Parts: sequence; structure tokens; C-alpha cells
Amino acid sequence: MKNKKRLKTETTSIFFVTKEKEPLLSKKNRKLLIDPLDDNNPITVQVLGICSALAITVQLKPALVMSISVMAVMAASNVIISLLRNLIPNRIRIIVQLVVVASMVILVDQILRAFAYDVSKELSIFIGLIITNCIVMGRLEAFALGNGVWKSFLDGIGNAAGYGFILILVAFFRELFGSGKLFGYQVIPDSFYEMGYVNNGLMLLSPMALITVGLIIWIQRYRNRILIEKN
Amino acid sequence: MESYLNLFVKSIFVENMIFAYFLGMCSYLAVSKTVKTAVGLGSAVIFVLAITVPINFLLDTYLLRPGALSWFDKSYADLDLSFLSFIMFIAVIASMVQLVEMVVEKFAPALYGALGIFLPLIAVNCAILGGSLFMQQKDFSGITESAIYGLGSGVGWLLAILAIAAIREKITYSNVPAPLRGLGITFIITGLMALGFMSFMGIKI
Repeated sequence: MKNKKRLKTETTSIFFVTKEKEPLLSKKNRKLLIDPLDDNNPITVQVLGICSALAITVQLKPALVMSISVMAVMAASNVIISLLRNLIPNRIRIIVQLVVVASMVILVDQILRAFAYDVSKELSIFIGLIITNCIVMGRLEAFALGNGVWKSFLDGIGNAAGYGFILILVAFFRELFGSGKLFGYQVIPDSFYEMGYVNNGLMLLSPMALITVGLIIWIQRYRNRILIEKN
Repeated sequence: MESYLNLFVKSIFVENMIFAYFLGMCSYLAVSKTVKTAVGLGSAVIFVLAITVPINFLLDTYLLRPGALSWFDKSYADLDLSFLSFIMFIAVIASMVQLVEMVVEKFAPALYGALGIFLPLIAVNCAILGGSLFMQQKDFSGITESAIYGLGSGVGWLLAILAIAAIREKITYSNVPAPLRGLGITFIITGLMALGFMSFMGIKI
């Protein structure tokens, strides 16, 4: 009888200890959130989600809207797949994931059309292409299928933030040098133009997005030597 | 006939999936280390694009477009299901990929050996869904046109991945700055190639 009681208190204490070990933002969880920003960036290190990253970075505004949409889709679909992870048969998991992601994307698309019509026109098919954005599928496959709900949520937010970070960085340089504006407002003063400064029209062309990302990768790997590929 | 040829050439060069729209970049970067695998993935993309674009065209014309359901009953004429197009298209693509994989495995084992491992990858290739979404945007008049568009986009994709794979095979022998090695230099080369492909834009066909 005594033994049983002790056992019970022990188990509860173990239960509490494990509870305490894992606060909402423990070190591990924070790592999930912060790692994708630099060391494990989805675009420059994992090579995921490049398709859409390049086509919509001419201006900051669509890039920002795109990052927010991807963040919403990733967080929601990561949570849903993580909730369903024990129910999904392995053979058809890709179709299940696609359906979940596609319904999230439809929601985002309809919301954008209702509240930000001109941006949604500008993004045209690229909102739809979030479905096949490798970053969403890649994180679902690699993380959400094997981890709990809260962790998957953090992973989704973290990776989408890493993706958005690169997107906004590229868009910042392209808009600044390409048209001398930020968010549509002119930042380079008129006196510069009078002195003979000319906007670099090349930055507005899509190939420059690729080259800008290439240069970002160069700088990042120069700072962080572990990431250098052995050829 | 001439317009079909124009569309074909245009979808290969002027509206190249990779160099003009950056669609399918993920697999383009991941599978372009050697020419052999690049050809395998490229042919699988042609195959799937040429099948799914016309199927999605039929779906769009007879089911999703505003007023598309009027063939069924006059009272459905003002129905607009186009918000469902994402989920329908991706379902068609995923199931077609599965189906194509099974058919090829059964009837052409040699081809399956060459394409097999790439087929599942293709369901999540942006170029495939992109082809269908562009088809919807371009308002093609018939199924032949959309099939030719799908085929041409696939050929353009193969061309792009073949070119970058050949360059990457050579570049392993050159002395690239260490932080730029691998991914970085591939990005910059692709950018330069895309600049080259922009010269096709001036051509009126």
C-alpha cells in the first residue's frame, strides 16, 4: 500500500519534471525558431522554395505579402499534418499533404482577393504555386510527420521567417537599386539624379534575382565556413 | 498549323519555364549534378506536363470556369467554381503521376528504370502546376493548343536542366572561390543564362 503510494508520487513527480523541462519556449524550441534564419536557411542552405522566391522580388510589397502568406500556410498545414500524423497511411501521404496545403492556399488566396486585390493580381499564379513550394512540402515531410504540434508550429513559423528574410532582402536591393524606391516611396533624393545618378534598370529584370541570391549565398558562406560545399 | 508551331517555339524559348518564370527551380538545382540524371528528370517532366495540361484544360472548360457547367443544365450557367482550381489541378497532377508511374512500371520496365525514381518528385515540381495555372490564365481555345503548350514547356525545361548539368559537370574542374562553390555559382550561372535567354523576348512570332 505504502509502496503503491510512493510509486504514484514518483510518477507524478516525473510527470511534473518532464513538464518543467519543456516550457513553451525552451532552448530546443527557440532553436527551431531561430536556426532557419541563418544556419539552416530554407533558401540558401536547404535549397527549398526557390521558384517563387525569385519571381516576385522586384518590389518590397509583393515580397512582404508573399512571405506572410507562406508563413500562414506553413504554420497551419504543419499543425494539421502534425495532428494527423498517426492517421495518415504512408503510401498516400503526399496526396494527403497536397490536399491540406491546397485548401490552406485557397483560403489565403480568397482572403487576399478580398482585402488586397491589387497585390493579389500582381502575385498572379505565384500564390497558387505555394502549394508546390518545396519549402512547405519539405518541412511537412521532414518535420511535421514526426513531431508534436507545438514544435511543428514553431518549425513552420521559423522556416517561413527564414524564407521571408531572404525574400525581403533580395526585394530590398532590387527595388532600391532598380527604381530608387522602397515600398513604392522614393528614397534616393532628387539631387542625386540631378548629379547624374541613374537607376540600374538591369536590377528590375528577373535574372538579377538569381544573381542577387547567388551573392547573398556567397556572403553567408564566407561568414559561416561550415556551410561551404566540398566539391 | 502555323500558330501551333509558333506556340511550341514560344513556350520553349521565349516563355521558358526556368529562365523566364523560375518554375521548378528546386529540382532543377537538386538534380542537375550530372547530365544523365538531368535527362531522366527532364523527360519525366515533358511526359507529365504533356498529359496533365490538356486534362486540366478539360477540367477547367467543363467544370470550373464561370458558366462552365451550362452544358449540364441551363440553371447552372452563372455558377463559378474557379476558386476550386488549385485543389482540382493538384489532385489531377498527383493522381496522374501515380497512374503514370504504375503504367510505365507495368508496360515499359526499361523506361521505368530510367524515370522511376523521378516520377514521385514531379508531383511537387512547381513547373507542372505552373503549366496548368498558366494554361488557365492564357485562355487557350482548344485542347490541341493546351497539349502543345504543355509539351513545349516540358521541352524548354529539359533544355534548361540539360544545359546547366553540362556546365556543372565542367565546372567541377575549375577553381571557384570556396564560399561560392556548389549552390552559389549555380545560381549565378543560371542568372547569366537567363540573361542570354532574354534575347529571345524580342522575337515576334
